[in-house]
Amino acid sequence: MTMAVAVDDGGRYEAQSSASEAGPATKRVVVGYGFWIFLLSDIVMFSAFFAAYAVLAHATAGGPTGMQLFNQRSVAIETGCLLASSYTCGLMSMAIGSRRYGATYLAALVTFALGAAFLALELKEFAGMIAIGAGPQRSAFLSSFFTLVGCHGLHVTAGLVWLVVMMAQVAIKGLSATVERRLLCFSLFWHALDIVWVWLFTVVYLMGVLS
Amino acid sequence: MTDTRYDSAPGDASNLPDVEEDAPSGMLVYTIGLVLAVGLTAMSFWVANTSLLWVGGISLGLTVLAIAQMGIHLVFFLHVTTGPDNTNNVMALAFGVLIVALVVVGSLVIMADLNDNMMPGPELMNLQMQR
Repeated sequence: MTMAVAVDDGGRYEAQSSASEAGPATKRVVVGYGFWIFLLSDIVMFSAFFAAYAVLAHATAGGPTGMQLFNQRSVAIETGCLLASSYTCGLMSMAIGSRRYGATYLAALVTFALGAAFLALELKEFAGMIAIGAGPQRSAFLSSFFTLVGCHGLHVTAGLVWLVVMMAQVAIKGLSATVERRLLCFSLFWHALDIVWVWLFTVVYLMGVLS
Repeated sequence: MTDTRYDSAPGDASNLPDVEEDAPSGMLVYTIGLVLAVGLTAMSFWVANTSLLWVGGISLGLTVLAIAQMGIHLVFFLHVTTGPDNTNNVMALAFGVLIVALVVVGSLVIMADLNDNMMPGPELMNLQMQR
């Protein structure tokens, strides 16, 4: 169905004015595109941590392995929290688009709660590992694990702080064009974090428990 | 005529006039995305734990599932499309994917090759990979 649309795109849009004729892009497009570039560079940084982890995953130096440390149940719950918060973040974008303040606050609250639940579970997991002597200083494997997963956790923390700041701005300034652009950037950031987490639970937790 | 908007910001649904008419509502798009993502996640966890599949293929299967889920997130949550209003976003994404692939695959190939070429057995020389 979408293929059919794609095929006759060429003829259909030639009738419209080209990008250069349409004049400069709107500020929303420019801001969104700039933030998109930032997100991609952020993901390139994550790829370096992923590469380090993949190389060092078996360098346990006699210490505990991933198979002994990882609890799949809590990882599944963390994944569910983050996925659901990505969904409610999408609902928030829709509420913003139709200027429903109550729905915006509600969706933001649920997004925040799910993100905070994710973070709490992750911190509990970290604390449990450090308590049994499997901290970042134990082996190269654990150093790269804490760097990679901790970096994602820091991003989630920053996202939660950002969300609170944005809700304060909505309350004080209302949904002005500026605030709306910032909320667009926030939702991009939040969805991108979910994509990073998809790779995290696949590469670190699921592949880590394979023999 | 003055209202011709040719590009979409990443994250915004397409603003092409013709696409708009029969496009499903935003709520439906997010919900389809959520259902597909949950399905793929469940499948990933099943694949990692089942004993029904050939062990050697599980890593590859998990990678394929992760790529599929990344696609679901991009299309249903980030609204990246193949439409002409999204060309810039897709080109930037393609460049990002290229760099990520170079960094990850390059590191893995080089380090595996380095370990293979260590002369007197892995236990002695392979200090970085000490088990």
